[in-house]
Amino acid sequence: MTEVLSTHGLVARYGDFQALYDVDVEVHEGEAVALIGANGAGKSTFLRAILGLLPVKPEMVHLDGKPIGGTPTDRMVQKGVAIVPEGRRLFTGMSVSDNLRVAIDQTSRLGRKGGWTLKRLYQLFPILEEKAKTPVQSLSGGQQQMVSIGRALLCQPRLLLCDEISLGLAPRVIREIYTALPEIRAHGTSIVVVEQDVGLAKSASDRLYCMLEGRVTLTGRSEEITREQIGEAYFGGGHAVV
Amino acid sequence: MQWFDALIQGILLGGMYAQYALGMALMFGVMRIVNVSHGDLVILLSLIGISLASSFGLGPFAVMAALVPLAVALGWILQRAVLNRVVGEDPLPSLIATFGLSLALQNLMLQIWSANSRSLPGGGIESRSIEIGGIYIGLLPVIVLLVATGLTLGLDLVLKRMRFGRALRAASADVEAAAMTGINPRSVYAMATAIAVGILGFAAVFQSLRSTVAPSDGGAQLIYAFEAVIIGGMGSVWGAFAGSMVLGIAQAIGFRIDPGFGVLSGHIVFLLVLALRPQGLFGRA
Repeated sequence: MTEVLSTHGLVARYGDFQALYDVDVEVHEGEAVALIGANGAGKSTFLRAILGLLPVKPEMVHLDGKPIGGTPTDRMVQKGVAIVPEGRRLFTGMSVSDNLRVAIDQTSRLGRKGGWTLKRLYQLFPILEEKAKTPVQSLSGGQQQMVSIGRALLCQPRLLLCDEISLGLAPRVIREIYTALPEIRAHGTSIVVVEQDVGLAKSASDRLYCMLEGRVTLTGRSEEITREQIGEAYFGGGHAVV
Repeated sequence: MQWFDALIQGILLGGMYAQYALGMALMFGVMRIVNVSHGDLVILLSLIGISLASSFGLGPFAVMAALVPLAVALGWILQRAVLNRVVGEDPLPSLIATFGLSLALQNLMLQIWSANSRSLPGGGIESRSIEIGGIYIGLLPVIVLLVATGLTLGLDLVLKRMRFGRALRAASADVEAAAMTGINPRSVYAMATAIAVGILGFAAVFQSLRSTVAPSDGGAQLIYAFEAVIIGGMGSVWGAFAGSMVLGIAQAIGFRIDPGFGVLSGHIVFLLVLALRPQGLFGRA
């Protein structure tokens, strides 16, 4: 499988505080990779570092084998890396369709092509078509999450980063949102899901990485990793590779 | 009748203030940039316009045709060279940077044009008037109001319907999320300031037609623009337009009560709005 994204000895800091230590992660074409770990393990920092929101050296992040670390966020999106950010981060005061249009505008401005259209998105999440004219702040949490996913998909990503998309949602809504992931992968998009819910992360991914205090403590195929191994990597203990 | 006349004159005056306030609404209301040099830019453009008119014998509308593109370019350069370095959550750096710019511009203008007051010759347009039912209405103020209405309508449409407008609203709602959607906030901001200063190109021509301008006059225009935006409510261009009308009417009525009370009356209305309805008359709480 061709490698889409890889990090090599990725280090990131917030001022004096070092948040990531030599993180090596690979994502291949069409693959779903989960990143699990407790609060503060460095999962969101990892995504921010990839997206150019934290200063990193060029050779620490490769996209399609080329060093691109530290590229500004908007350029990363144009290169095909989109994110569903933690907390959804919708454009408040704007309608559902305007939120989605912002993404469409940018891809059409640059003449970038991709498989995602409003029509296809509305097939995936029919409720969004119904609520198209509604201001995003009056949607439910689950609907807002769908807008956030939709906005990222309309950036036509080859790699979609999902940051805690289940956070604060009802189990039924989480199931609904997670059923969309295989459909997204069917378009050839690779996915990185960051999750605190281990069960959810395991079932939604081919491979997983467990992080603890800014380091990768466990990696392997999701179906082969046992709960005990995850427990040890999640809360502390030695480095284990399966 | 006297008060009705004051109301009409106030609305017409509001048309002038709206042309200052629109750019302010865009920069302060949408981007949260406090541009203290706003008024000085009007004066700078006015003085350039007056010099263009006297050097090349241009009429007021030819001056406008030259001045607006120049203002657009000036706004773009201002954002790229200065404001993009200071824009952010904290409005203080942009305030300090533009305060410095304001002082520098005033001194530059003094150096080039001296402290004398000048005005733009309008070829008679500035003194023509129409009489409707016993009220005399100046032709120039009517043109000013019409242009202000057109600019407000245009800016509102741009913000609501166009790609640039959506990108700007997105960036002002959440600049990081906008970048995550492929928007380059710096180029969107440069475009926004280009438009804001471009509108001042219109204002400069009208300001120097209806009265005189001198290098130190910028402060008053800045205050009127701020007051109009705050009275109307931040973040809405129609709010800024309405705020300009309220300010113009308050000044015109104050002027009828006592000629020395005109400008003060506008400030009092502004303070009352700030005290009783700080989100502005048309702003959301």
